[in-house]
Amino acid sequence: MGAALVLLVVLAGCRTEHRFVKKVTFEKTNDIVITFAGPVDAAWAKNVDNYTVFEKEDPDILLAIKEITLTPDRTKVTLHFKNALNQSRAHTLMIKDIISEGKSQGAAVLTVKKLYLGYLFSILIGAMLIHNFVFTKYLGLCVFFGTSQKRTTAVGMGITFTIVIVFASMLSWFMYQFILKPIRLDYLQVVVFIGLVSLSVQAVDTILRKVNPALFKAFGVYLVLVIANCIILATPLILADKEYNAWESFMLSLGAGTGFLIALFLMSCVREKLELANVPPTYRGLPIAFIVAGLFALAFLGFSGMAIF
Amino acid sequence: MAVTKKTNKQLVLDGLLSENPIFRLALSMCPAVGISSSVMNGILLGIAVLFVQVFSSCTISLLKDYIHPRIRIPTYTLVIATWVTVIDLVLAAYVPVAYKAMGIFVKLIVAFAIITMRLEVFACKNPVVPSFWDGVGMGTGFMFGMVTLGTVREFLGTGGLLGHDLIGTRPLLFFILPLAGFFCVGFIMAIFNSVEIVY
Repeated sequence: MGAALVLLVVLAGCRTEHRFVKKVTFEKTNDIVITFAGPVDAAWAKNVDNYTVFEKEDPDILLAIKEITLTPDRTKVTLHFKNALNQSRAHTLMIKDIISEGKSQGAAVLTVKKLYLGYLFSILIGAMLIHNFVFTKYLGLCVFFGTSQKRTTAVGMGITFTIVIVFASMLSWFMYQFILKPIRLDYLQVVVFIGLVSLSVQAVDTILRKVNPALFKAFGVYLVLVIANCIILATPLILADKEYNAWESFMLSLGAGTGFLIALFLMSCVREKLELANVPPTYRGLPIAFIVAGLFALAFLGFSGMAIF
Repeated sequence: MAVTKKTNKQLVLDGLLSENPIFRLALSMCPAVGISSSVMNGILLGIAVLFVQVFSSCTISLLKDYIHPRIRIPTYTLVIATWVTVIDLVLAAYVPVAYKAMGIFVKLIVAFAIITMRLEVFACKNPVVPSFWDGVGMGTGFMFGMVTLGTVREFLGTGGLLGHDLIGTRPLLFFILPLAGFFCVGFIMAIFNSVEIVY
């Protein structure tokens, strides 16, 4: 038993792809489809005992297979599971001694993962809507309430913010992964990140002023406000905490920026209408804006628990 | 240099009431909405902000003659970031459970507009002692705001205070939801406004 467990761990650790297996993918909510290079033995393929499936992080919880189907050309096997699979996690699939046309092709240990592009896209949508920084994490509120009075201001601020946050997050990510972590200075992350944020605001200011003066005239005023926004500091901290790689970091910071843009735009539309509405005098200005933001947050609560891909 | 003529007591009272950071100046709203769901969170974050504010105010007013005016804002930011790192490490070491509940907000004290604003408006023009009392006033004002919000939300949401059950029922469970912070801040601001209009 002990030896089997050790073997299991070792096998799960090495995750070599097998030459006879072409493709393994998730399908629907509780199916895994295996495509073989050639026709396999029907009796072998239908035997439930030949397959062992578990989530890569929990090797001791084996997932129960309800039924196995085989296509008529005997190259595609579909495993139907009793319960829905958590497809955002990588799964390990172990197959005993594949038998094809009476010949053995050896055992296989395979990793089943979702498409990477889909994963990146889900990070983007997640940061934009599901975990919107303004409405579900309550960050960046000072700037949010300060610049959402007019629609043009809101869009200008949102776009400037998105550019700066992507720039600053990538810079901070690089600094953290390649300088702070190797020399074990990660407790200085707050000091370094806020310095890098100021630096990138200054850099965007200078570059924009030289390269596109018209654009600078439109968006320059918002650059000062960007630094007072906590989202721009929160994103590098989250990236450092979650150990994301370069592409994932890019997607998260882009999502944070566009999420802020969406929030600002929605809010400014409502506040333009509020100017004309008959609001009680005690609620005029910020109090009613807070209550509107609360209603938006309630609406955004509807996105929670949603999973894409 | 406009050295203040207010007494120390006045400085503290200003920060607490007439210039309250949360309800009057409407600065640093993120924690007021995000983690005001219990009194304990309010007290802990309030203490953290109080310390950062007092230490940074003192540091800046000590160094004010050596800071070139053109680089003063980056200097403020770096001083605040240094003190935030110190507080962050201390809290993580001594109160790990509460630190986890406050999450990222302790580190985000760096970006709180209130601290930079007080350094710019007050500490860089005044000697150490008034700056110290101004910092104390602003810090306790922030704590007062957070505790008020926390009291309202915890009492209405769970029917208790500081984790102790007081009335045995839960009057309005809605207020313990994270997003109720928006409504709560809105209502309390409206109450402050109505007091101002009536008197």
